[in-house]
Amino acid sequence: MTSFQLLLDGFAAALTPVNLMYALIGVTLGTLVGVLPGIGPAMTVALLLPITFTVPPASAFIMFAGIYYGGMYGGSTTSILLNTPGESASMITALEGNKMARRGRAAQALATAAIGSFVAGTVATALLVVAAPAVVDFAISFGPEDYFALAILAFTAVSSVLSRSIVRGLASLGLGLVIGLIGIDQQTGQARLTLGIPQLLDGIDVVIVAVGLFALGEALYVASRLRHAPPEVVPVGRAWMGRADWRRSWFPWLRGTALGFPFGALPGGGAEIPTFLSYAAEKRLARGVAREEFGNGAIEGVAGPEAANNASAAGTLVPLLTLGLPTSATAAILLAAFQQYGLQPGPQLFDHNPALVWGMIASLFIGNTMLLVLNLPLAPLWARVLRVPRPYLYSGIVLFAALGVYALNGTIVDLFVLYLLGLLGYAMRRFGLPVAPAVIGMILGPMAEIQLRRALAIGAGDVSVLVRSPVAVVLLVLAALALLTPLFRKLAGRRRQTATTSAGE
Amino acid sequence: MRLRVFAALAALSLGAMTGCGASGGTSAGASALRIMAPAAPGGGWDQTSRTAEQAFKSADPQRKVEVFNVPGAGGTIGLAQLAGEKGNGNLLMTMGLVMVGAIEQNKSKVTLAETTPIAKLTEEYELVVVPAASPFKSLADLVAAWKADPAKVSISGGSAGGTDHIVAGLMAKAAGVDPKQVNYIAHSGGGEALNELLGNKVSAGISGVAEFAEHVKSGKLRALGVTSGERVPGLDSPTLKEGGLDVELANWRGFVAPAGLSEADKKALTDLVTKMHDAQPWKDAVAKNGWIDSFQTGQQFTDYLASEQTRVKAIIAEMGLVS
Repeated sequence: MTSFQLLLDGFAAALTPVNLMYALIGVTLGTLVGVLPGIGPAMTVALLLPITFTVPPASAFIMFAGIYYGGMYGGSTTSILLNTPGESASMITALEGNKMARRGRAAQALATAAIGSFVAGTVATALLVVAAPAVVDFAISFGPEDYFALAILAFTAVSSVLSRSIVRGLASLGLGLVIGLIGIDQQTGQARLTLGIPQLLDGIDVVIVAVGLFALGEALYVASRLRHAPPEVVPVGRAWMGRADWRRSWFPWLRGTALGFPFGALPGGGAEIPTFLSYAAEKRLARGVAREEFGNGAIEGVAGPEAANNASAAGTLVPLLTLGLPTSATAAILLAAFQQYGLQPGPQLFDHNPALVWGMIASLFIGNTMLLVLNLPLAPLWARVLRVPRPYLYSGIVLFAALGVYALNGTIVDLFVLYLLGLLGYAMRRFGLPVAPAVIGMILGPMAEIQLRRALAIGAGDVSVLVRSPVAVVLLVLAALALLTPLFRKLAGRRRQTATTSAGE
Repeated sequence: MRLRVFAALAALSLGAMTGCGASGGTSAGASALRIMAPAAPGGGWDQTSRTAEQAFKSADPQRKVEVFNVPGAGGTIGLAQLAGEKGNGNLLMTMGLVMVGAIEQNKSKVTLAETTPIAKLTEEYELVVVPAASPFKSLADLVAAWKADPAKVSISGGSAGGTDHIVAGLMAKAAGVDPKQVNYIAHSGGGEALNELLGNKVSAGISGVAEFAEHVKSGKLRALGVTSGERVPGLDSPTLKEGGLDVELANWRGFVAPAGLSEADKKALTDLVTKMHDAQPWKDAVAKNGWIDSFQTGQQFTDYLASEQTRVKAIIAEMGLVS
């Protein structure tokens, strides 16, 4: 009850006109940087850090929180409309979302993403209020062997984004794994595949890979087609979600939230993995029309992952506020902001600065509502972007992709890497290789490798450490089931088929 | 109409980008001081640079000051850029112990020999901790287990070859354990190292005092030794020396300028940095962040830098990090 009282006080603090203005600036900026490929909330907050010298802490955190949530909202827009995710966490949204847009259901996809983000953000923020201690205990209990098992489980998600050909999907995955190897090996500090280029020592940023393979590859591919065929006219379609859309979105939103929130709290979790898992889960659970539609624009495939990435943003705040543990790039910069004010997030923060913490949590609810109000009416408007003639649209994308990637580190080398990856992305489309497995491989490969090596090092080389923790065992069993059930089903189906054919003879 | 929507969008996004692009822009006059943070925004070097920016402005309100980031490869990308600015008396680069290690490890073509050392600003000490549930009650317990089987003692900390790793190597050497045998679990920030300690997954951990202090206070971690010469006030921990390991190390930060400066430029920069150091915003920041003020300029800092280079080079080689 006391936390409820404190939350109300927090609302009172956050609802001043000045703070509301900061919240509005935050969510607007956040949505914008989310829409722009390459520029993410982490960099935006970092560049705004100097305002901590002049603005009072409550206002600054309200704005930063708005940017963080807003970035997660905005990321989905370009994914859905243009198949060009601006963030790696909204990559999965592009898979079904863009197919929906091509079928004239862009507004519905945008709406389910916006409402899903709102539902997930609100539920997850509420969980932050009531379940923070339990979630933190869970996050801390995660060891390297559990992360390794988690990566293995997430790898099974690849099987659900494969194109018709398994070989092509695996080839794409392999490409991603190789890209993931580039840079300094974390455990030994040795350079791998850097070709003596110092700018490659830190590896290739996943944003560059996602933007290069998806956005640039798509732009090149579209350009190469324009000459041959008249551009397909994308129908804009109805503006709002129908009753069936609502019915089909509810459970994916909630399941996505349930996946995203705990993953955000895990130091090695990130916002991408829950989106992979959510997509895979929705595809497995799909029945009836949805089952038919998966791969051609199923609304579940947008609703689930979008909820998951927003819930993970709220989850990130749990270890940040209660332990001072930053689990994402943005959280690390928020931590720096706390320190600028001479505050140390951790067990004592809730006791020493309740007004600030609860004001921030209240502002999350406010920011979330603002984002919904801002984004929902915009969905049909955004959908109209599709009517912009292709040459203008895609040259704009190429420009913003290049600007965003250059802004990451301010080095020309990144631009060359981007263009190379863009050509690769084009070639992959041209020859029918799916792009998503490459990005999944690049995210999961290094994680699986480093966690496996850590687990083995801690266990002094004893392989049994990998199955010593119950969490790891459960995750590995789930991974095995995810891989084997379709196989069994196929086998069973074939047997039944042969049985019926032989019976018919 | 459609085009207008798109154009408005483009203008908005451009505005957003230039608006938050504090690192761009060269509108400042010829005498503007530029400070390079050779790391991404948000990290220690960035924080030092931006704090200094405020203090410079308060020390000399006439002078324009601008911070820009050149991230990558432990600061060696920024170092290479600095080397290209020979003779520029209006440029400072924030750097520190981590860069000394990164130069060795990345086999950087540019070294600190191609810079003009200006000043050492701050130090932070490193703390060796174990989880609360650990059987090691003192440094002696840890060292005994280490000597018996180095592989069984896992030590978590920051990036391979960074400050934490160097402390582990120096401790091993002092304890008579082969530095190559140290079972070091490297992490790239992000709280993972701390998480493994709180979850009792590793035997011990090494990081900056500030990162562990809160958890030592709350009893979740036990401090076994700090790398300072004397005990740190307000921190319940003996020094490593008291525990029998002759290791002293400070994670220091400071400023260097490009090589080839005239004596006059060098003196002007040193004076300006001295004035910055005496300004109130700097003093406040040092107190707030728990930094240790270890201001050093001129020959004193040049000598310190040289001795740190020798020491880091040696231990990195002994740990087998450079081939």
